[in-house]
Amino acid sequence: MRGFVPRTVALAVGLCLSGIALADKTVITIESWRAEDQAIWDGLILPAFEAEHPDIDVQFKPTTATEYNAALNARLAGGTAGDIITCRPFDNALAMYDAGNLADIKDLPGLENFSDVAKSAWSTDAGDATFCVPMASVIHGFMYNKDAFAELGLEVPATEADFYAVLDAIKEDGSYIPMAMGTKDQWEAATMGYTNIGPTYWGGEEGRLALLSGDAKFTDEAFVEGFRQMEKWIPYLGNGYQAQSYTDSQNLFTLGRAAIYPTGSWEITGFQENADFELGAFAPPAKDADSSCYISDHTDIGIGMNAATKNKDAARAFLEWTTSAEFAGLLTNAAPGFFSLASHDITVENELAKEFIAMRGECEPTIRVAHQILSRGEPALGNHLWTLTANVINGSMSAAEAAADAQANVDSWYKP
Amino acid sequence: MTQAASTSTPPRARRRWYILVFLAPATLIYTVFAIYPIFESLRLSLYTAQENQPVFVGLANYAKLLGEPYWADQFWNAFKNNIQLFLLHMLIQNPIALALAALLSIPTLKGAATYRTIFFLPTLLSVVVVGFIWQLILSPLWGVTPDAMKALGIGNLFRPWLGLESSALVTVTLISIWQYVGIPLMLFYAALLNVPEETIEAARIDGLNGWWIFWKVKLPLILPTLGLVAILTYIGNFTASFDIIYSLQGGMAGPNFSTDVMGTFLFRSFFGFQAQLGDEYMGATVASALFFIILVGVGCYLFGVQRRLQRYDS
Repeated sequence: MRGFVPRTVALAVGLCLSGIALADKTVITIESWRAEDQAIWDGLILPAFEAEHPDIDVQFKPTTATEYNAALNARLAGGTAGDIITCRPFDNALAMYDAGNLADIKDLPGLENFSDVAKSAWSTDAGDATFCVPMASVIHGFMYNKDAFAELGLEVPATEADFYAVLDAIKEDGSYIPMAMGTKDQWEAATMGYTNIGPTYWGGEEGRLALLSGDAKFTDEAFVEGFRQMEKWIPYLGNGYQAQSYTDSQNLFTLGRAAIYPTGSWEITGFQENADFELGAFAPPAKDADSSCYISDHTDIGIGMNAATKNKDAARAFLEWTTSAEFAGLLTNAAPGFFSLASHDITVENELAKEFIAMRGECEPTIRVAHQILSRGEPALGNHLWTLTANVINGSMSAAEAAADAQANVDSWYKP
Repeated sequence: MTQAASTSTPPRARRRWYILVFLAPATLIYTVFAIYPIFESLRLSLYTAQENQPVFVGLANYAKLLGEPYWADQFWNAFKNNIQLFLLHMLIQNPIALALAALLSIPTLKGAATYRTIFFLPTLLSVVVVGFIWQLILSPLWGVTPDAMKALGIGNLFRPWLGLESSALVTVTLISIWQYVGIPLMLFYAALLNVPEETIEAARIDGLNGWWIFWKVKLPLILPTLGLVAILTYIGNFTASFDIIYSLQGGMAGPNFSTDVMGTFLFRSFFGFQAQLGDEYMGATVASALFFIILVGVGCYLFGVQRRLQRYDS
């Protein structure tokens, strides 16, 4: 107790001094939902920026992912939001731009380092404004247990026929569950199932853009086939898959009880920590030997500027830096599985991440089908596809019914 | 006494002043944290956003809630599930609680305190813990249920109950009953202990056995508590059911919205869910509709039932 007063005085003096030291620095804060990346930002990314800009102090202040949108909107309305805002893709960020919360940064130097497809996730429909710098994408595909494949003498499947042959072989052997996926949380069914292998049948971007222009419908053969594939997956899922949650599937796979896991590159870090066997990845199989394969290379994270920021220059300097090759390299290798969207030549060091990024060279890229524009109805098609795909896999809806329902959702409000 | 009070005015004035002082804290706290938010959310339900500005639209949101298929389907589905939840609680939870309370209040029962604690323990657990434990118990992958059922020779009867549209709501209800049976149990138990010993003795002397004493003497005497438990179940089923469903089935209340209740529906409307953007005005409308449903239920009870209940003073 005797040391309390002097210590408090020392603390207060110390705080004042650090306040003086900070006084000539501009402090800017970053809003984000990636709380799990705190260490990466504090330890790697921000020091690199601050070394170049000693006059700017950047602080990474994330919110829990599920509360991010609600909390951020409340802070924006109250004028207490950070200077830099991490953007979700498409309508969520667009709504913030329309509300005047995100600044237009179309003239930001460095934006030419990004493709139009990457920028489309954070631009207005007409493309006259861009409000976030594209940051990273995640690639969908399948992960597999290399040890299990070697044990059963299986090859990585390249076509649909190979894929089912491999699944049949695993099922027949019986020592592994062929595929780890459940429908309990619903979103995996759509995200890892329908939007993962669907592009193979609707031809990636071609099919997606045709939906947007009204030339194609979900009831078309190409889109129904995606749901039909989901029906075909049923026999390869584990017992009681209806009550199998996302974490159950993750555990099934990392414990080595399942051989194949439909997923995306965002799992890399976690899986490499937990699995004690060798992991491999393969792209969604092509329709047949003559067709090309398609991957969902989904634009997932962008970074923009609070329109009401008091530190416009510092915020712009930071955004400009996020377009650089240095930032792209730091991000891609610190968080393997989140691939920079910039056109810089980045060396990916993580072996599994390399397998994913190699798919970009072999397959045609597209994004998740319902994310751009199509999710503006009620219910948002992105969410509705969760329910529909889960229903198909649970057997309570046929592929044709699910497709008709999805098209009815679009028809109810969308006029191409 | 009354004469003295009416003839001298100063003490009366002072007494009024005291009443205000004592009422003030509760009134203030309830006004700020309960009454004001209720009115504010009722007011919000009369507005909608146009170009980011709230615009008064009267009852249009309510017309939307009950008229547009997207909203009406969800609303009636959630309402139907809530009613089902309420009926199951009334038919299963409260009779079990009453039976256990009747057993516990037998004076000769040994270890009553231990049983009482055991029955009440789950109520003290966090809903998140209960949700997690039961998900594990019922899990087709790691759960003890499939193995236990196999050991009993009924392994082929096991189903992934939480994942099937036909059984998810009932399963969730049974889990909720497991957790909360302690509360009506305690209320019944306290009421049964209050039944005067002389009355029971008189009944016994008149030749009634334990069974009939319960039905003819004890039950009529604790009828007000039964009514109270019924209305608490009604309110809890609309407000508290959100926690267990959100922790077991998530915000989409799957499979295929078969466990969706007003609480989860309100949550999705107000805060949005993933690709679905939140709409605070429709959220407030759902919340207000929920408020009216509870109001009507409680009103019916207060005016229709409670006034007719006779309280027997010992």
